[in-house]
Amino acid sequence: MDALLLSRLQFALNISFHILFPTITIALGWFLFYFKLRSNLSGHPVWMRIYRFWVRVFALTFALGVVSGVTMSFQFGTNWPGFMEKAGNIAGPLLGYEVLTAFFLEATFLGIMLFGMRRVPNWLHTLATFVVAAGTTLSAFWILSLNSWLHTPQGHEVIDGVVYAKDWSAIIFNPSFPYRFSHMLLASGLTASFLIAGLSAYRLLIGDNKIAPKLALKTATYTAAVLIPLQILAGDMHGLNTLEHQPQKVAAMEGVWETEQGAPLLLFAIPDEQERTNHAELAIPNLASFILTHELDGEIKGLNEFRGEHPPVAPVFYSFRVMVGMGVLMLFAAWAGSYYLFRRGELPGWLGKLFIAMSFSGWVATLAGWYVTEVGRQPYLVSGVLRTADAVTGLPPQNIGLSFTLYAVIYAVLMVAYIRTLTLMCRKSVGIEEISTGDADERHTNKLDIASSNA
Amino acid sequence: MPFESLSVTALGNIYLGLLALAVLLYAILDGYDLGVGVLFPPHNEQFKDDMIASIGPYWDANETWLVLAVGILLIAFPEAHSQILQTLYLPATFMLLGLILRGVSFDFRAKVPHNKKPKWDTCFKYGSILTTLSQGYMLGIWVTGLRTDIYAQGFALLAAFGVTAAYAFIGACWLILKSEGDLQAKAFYWAKRCLLVLASGILAVSLLNLTLHDEVRVLWLESPVGWVLMTIPLTCFALLLLCSVVLKKLPAAGGKGEWLPFAIALLIFGLCFAAFGISYYPYVVPGKLAFMDVLSDGNSLRFLLVGAVVVVPCILAYTVLVYRIFAGKSEKLSYY
Repeated sequence: MDALLLSRLQFALNISFHILFPTITIALGWFLFYFKLRSNLSGHPVWMRIYRFWVRVFALTFALGVVSGVTMSFQFGTNWPGFMEKAGNIAGPLLGYEVLTAFFLEATFLGIMLFGMRRVPNWLHTLATFVVAAGTTLSAFWILSLNSWLHTPQGHEVIDGVVYAKDWSAIIFNPSFPYRFSHMLLASGLTASFLIAGLSAYRLLIGDNKIAPKLALKTATYTAAVLIPLQILAGDMHGLNTLEHQPQKVAAMEGVWETEQGAPLLLFAIPDEQERTNHAELAIPNLASFILTHELDGEIKGLNEFRGEHPPVAPVFYSFRVMVGMGVLMLFAAWAGSYYLFRRGELPGWLGKLFIAMSFSGWVATLAGWYVTEVGRQPYLVSGVLRTADAVTGLPPQNIGLSFTLYAVIYAVLMVAYIRTLTLMCRKSVGIEEISTGDADERHTNKLDIASSNA
Repeated sequence: MPFESLSVTALGNIYLGLLALAVLLYAILDGYDLGVGVLFPPHNEQFKDDMIASIGPYWDANETWLVLAVGILLIAFPEAHSQILQTLYLPATFMLLGLILRGVSFDFRAKVPHNKKPKWDTCFKYGSILTTLSQGYMLGIWVTGLRTDIYAQGFALLAAFGVTAAYAFIGACWLILKSEGDLQAKAFYWAKRCLLVLASGILAVSLLNLTLHDEVRVLWLESPVGWVLMTIPLTCFALLLLCSVVLKKLPAAGGKGEWLPFAIALLIFGLCFAAFGISYYPYVVPGKLAFMDVLSDGNSLRFLLVGAVVVVPCILAYTVLVYRIFAGKSEKLSYY
């Protein structure tokens, strides 16, 4: 294998592993802030109980995100020196702003949030929780701005093959940024919601019949039920934006080879890049055109118009279907769950099990979505400006092979340890005693009791 | 664009200064928490819990200085970044693996079943050692100007142990400040031992350093300012001596002046760093790449400088705030 393929594999491995954890913590930070606020407002101890369980999950997840993120900061120079050489004038300051405004903020206030509750006044602890959540979101802002610029570059000029910045606000708020940013924040919200709902359902299943998991389950399920239609909308708008700026990516997503009017929506197919056609198509006529152009016989440009300039079709095509499929499943689960929780106060057994199975569904959808957009950008690293192959390192392949193997092994071990630790934390919480209601505010206790006797 | 009046040379110097600040703060801050990891005793549960507790609230932010340092190198001097990290690809990879292992062990050890805890403790200790050795090795190769011959390798190995000893020393001083009783007594013992290793390490590295680059030898030994510069190593060794006296007397002082060893360690780190800085200015890779030759575009640097001027003082301020909040002896770690 050559340095290009190995570097791409290693970068894909590192970033795929890394993104899993921020995807949880970005939204989990806001969930924690919400739990903390509810605790401050109601004074009921159950909110603090929920907070404590999830702040431990947050700490572990955050640690994994930090260590895998440090690795990322080295990858640009080691494996993609051409990227910084040619696009560093844009990428550098955006990364710099991320470190300066977000990384220090979240890492420093995390200390107060995790260990400072007895050392600082309550308002400062609440503030620290807020700052950590805001920091994670701010970090997403900068990195997604940079990532979006790779897809839809603007505000720059190219002199002798090197990119120079001309207009920073055009660079930061490039055309795909608002869509990508909202799509990712919503993805994070759904990932955290399904994680909270899934682990809470698991706790209920193994006999943890306290108020805390029930209340957490409700909060997360209702949140997911609200976020999922918003996400479908955001995804649709992002798709329209992609059609405008990267039509070849949309053609790969839809598996359209020849430009056609009234393109069908392919539910399934096997794209064949050799023959430049699809096999085993299962299609709904005209629907792809309708979704993308809002007209039944709207025109969609085919891949054959972009020969040599379009991404590999199969990975984009399949990943897109995995993402959409997972989204539909989320819609069903979140709405069915909300219905049962609202009407009966509890989930039927099968749905509880579905929630447990879907604990990490957000990860699947998020990764699939990222593969669609990133593989879909190929063969370019910066669309129309810099090809991936021109940015790669001159390192000996065996060195990259060694580092890739070591990363793969360590990440596999950490993934197993992470999931096992989460399940163990759930099992441990079964043995903890229910909150005695005596010390809580009478009125709120009654309200919560009604809520849970509903259950 | 603000800072339009700054010349490119001034910008280069500012970014070199920022890089130096980030590296120095990283070496000090992550230095003590890595040092605590290096000293981690395999068989004493109470010591281990207390040692982790002493660095728990800080390690995450400490490590961020590394990201900033690498970031500045990448942003301001991209050519240097890629030359350094491509030459040092494998040690950098080992350092990252070490950082990953020790970073996650913090959390896992507190949450896994009791019988699995020793495994994560081992990961924490050896992850820390792998990190410090790799960093020292990288520092050594960097000092030689990214040479890879056998002499440079030998120098780098020496630097690997020197840096590990330095981190262990400042880690022990940190524990003297943050712990009590048996652990503190043990920390005094560690500090004394590390001090000896460190002193010989500094001496060896300083002397060998003179043999690596002609310019450096001329600057220190033959230039007119050489005598002024010599106060730096002299002060450094005076401080090492002072520290060994302090470490002998302190246990009997009944808790007074426990901050002294750590303060002296800070000064020693600062002086060693200054000596390196003076030796190699204006190079980002000694003898090879001067900073002006690899500086990236002025407008991008000006744009980031706006943020840095506003944000860096804030970072320093809330870092101080956190150190004040958690001042005094560390408590048992709990999430509430």
